[in-house]
Amino acid sequence: MSLVEDIQVETWRTRLGDFWREFAESKVALVALVVIVAIVFIAVFAPWISPQNPYDLARLDLFDSRLPPGTVGSGGYVHILGTDAAGRDLLSAIFYGLRISLLIGLMAGAFALVLGMSIGLVAAYKGGRVEAIIMRIVDLQLSMPAILLALVLTAMLGQGLWQLVTALVVAQYAYFARTIHGAASAERDKDYIEAAIATPLPAHIILLRHLLPNSLPPLIVVATVQVASAIALEATLSFLGLGLPLTEPSLGALIANGFQYLLSGRFWISVYPGVALVITIVSINLVGDQVRHVLNPRRGQ
Amino acid sequence: MFGFFIQRIVQAAIVVVAMSILVFVGVYAIGNPIDVMIDPAATQEIRDNLIRQYGFDRPLYEQYFVFVGNVLQGDFGQSFIYRVPVLDLIFSRLPATFELALGAMLLASVVGIPLGIWAGYRPHAFSSKAIMTLSILGFSLPTFWVGLLLVMTFAVQLHWLPSGGRGPTSDLLGVPLSFLTPTGWSYLILPAFNLALFNMGLLIRLARAGTLEAMSSDYVRFARAQGLKESKVVGLHVLKNISIPIVTVFGLEFGSTLAFAVVTETIFNWPGVGKLIIDSIMVLDRPVMVAYLILVVLLFVIINLVVDLLYGVLDPRIRARRSA
Repeated sequence: MSLVEDIQVETWRTRLGDFWREFAESKVALVALVVIVAIVFIAVFAPWISPQNPYDLARLDLFDSRLPPGTVGSGGYVHILGTDAAGRDLLSAIFYGLRISLLIGLMAGAFALVLGMSIGLVAAYKGGRVEAIIMRIVDLQLSMPAILLALVLTAMLGQGLWQLVTALVVAQYAYFARTIHGAASAERDKDYIEAAIATPLPAHIILLRHLLPNSLPPLIVVATVQVASAIALEATLSFLGLGLPLTEPSLGALIANGFQYLLSGRFWISVYPGVALVITIVSINLVGDQVRHVLNPRRGQ
Repeated sequence: MFGFFIQRIVQAAIVVVAMSILVFVGVYAIGNPIDVMIDPAATQEIRDNLIRQYGFDRPLYEQYFVFVGNVLQGDFGQSFIYRVPVLDLIFSRLPATFELALGAMLLASVVGIPLGIWAGYRPHAFSSKAIMTLSILGFSLPTFWVGLLLVMTFAVQLHWLPSGGRGPTSDLLGVPLSFLTPTGWSYLILPAFNLALFNMGLLIRLARAGTLEAMSSDYVRFARAQGLKESKVVGLHVLKNISIPIVTVFGLEFGSTLAFAVVTETIFNWPGVGKLIIDSIMVLDRPVMVAYLILVVLLFVIINLVVDLLYGVLDPRIRARRSA
């Protein structure tokens, strides 16, 4: 352990501590964070805490279909949120649906982050013509609504988890690229980068060790917001019938399933999965908002 | 200004050509259109004849050039399903979508801008905080979910409004429209409100930010010092200076609103272009998909151009910078 490393660890610790203290100033954001942790817990442990395995078709009983909330079904237990048209316990279906929705949102967010980050960084580092062409394409894509791109891509690629994630990534990477490009262009002109370029360091080291860490903060905010919007986008696509196959419904597919029964007054099939979806999205956005607030460099002035 | 104009038009043309290739190749990759068009029991001979008739046996680039040649003559081909020219099909649905989108934009402005100005004018009032919460909800609640709740509340529970469809329309210059009759309004208002929510949230934020900035500026201070009434200060000076971002949003978001109409039209069974494209995707009606996408690209390119020009009209400084 050298002294330099000690100091580095120390500053990281205090910076994290400062960050946390400032984040915790907002009670709303704290509550939202707790909700997110709970949702992740539910998603991870869904198979152990659900009353029923909603994907096991052999266990579903059509006599149990469309039971209102609080009814005791043939399984001998109370369906707290009722059942859907296939006789699935809605609470279990929502738990499993959260799992799929979160998985897709996180995967799409992570891949879009890596893709957008690479493109934006390279554009900012190279400059000149490469930068102009890349950012022109990114801008063009940003002017098109993400929903339309995703719609067309899912139509072209067909149904399936990977096809869906690909469509979401292509629809969303541009936000990351634009954000990191903005931050990295500002960093690029600073002296420490000039100095690093003057040394015989290879380009990828300068990119990864110098440019990237200093351009990262604004990306964190975009990442949280984009995970939320990936979840919303996936739900919208599933609602339109272009998402995952119905055997393993995400929250959007559950809502779509219940839509036809909404008009006959059986509201719970659509409404409860929707409530779960909205709580998830709003919590993530609230946390993202507070992170943006804390990271805002103009805030201290 | 002229040179800038030419440059923008050339750029726009390149974008349109590139996108048309992407769309054509992309849509070409989906499924086998012949399967959609004919009876599975048809003989191989009939299949081959049809494949030749539509030119599916020729190389892709050749098909593309034939397609572009036809498009330039205003022919986007025939729908595989409806067996009518695609352009006729889309144009017959367009008035419904335009009416919905315009209604949504209007609703968003009429509600969003005053609320946003108020929130910027009295930033610490309780009502302003409520307005801002509302705008956050407008942003983050998924459109289709709000649409669902609207149907449930106003159509199923309260029976105040119809749950979907467009209802009877009356013709204005041969175009069927809803907003001319009270019955038409009862069908239009829910989907329009649903579609408006996102833009409402956006406009509230923009108007608030603009007002906050304008209120602390010198010209507002001087206008007040002059003894101008507050309503005049806000209505004249503040409104004028927040008009630029609002026009931008109005322009740029109009395209997105048309795109998001896909969702709203599906929920409310609104017979517009969005519903048409979803149905076409489901049955792989390729000519309709290609035509819709190319028209959307054209629309976006044109909107971007128009907004750029409007900027110049509204802000003399931009005009000066460009001609320099």
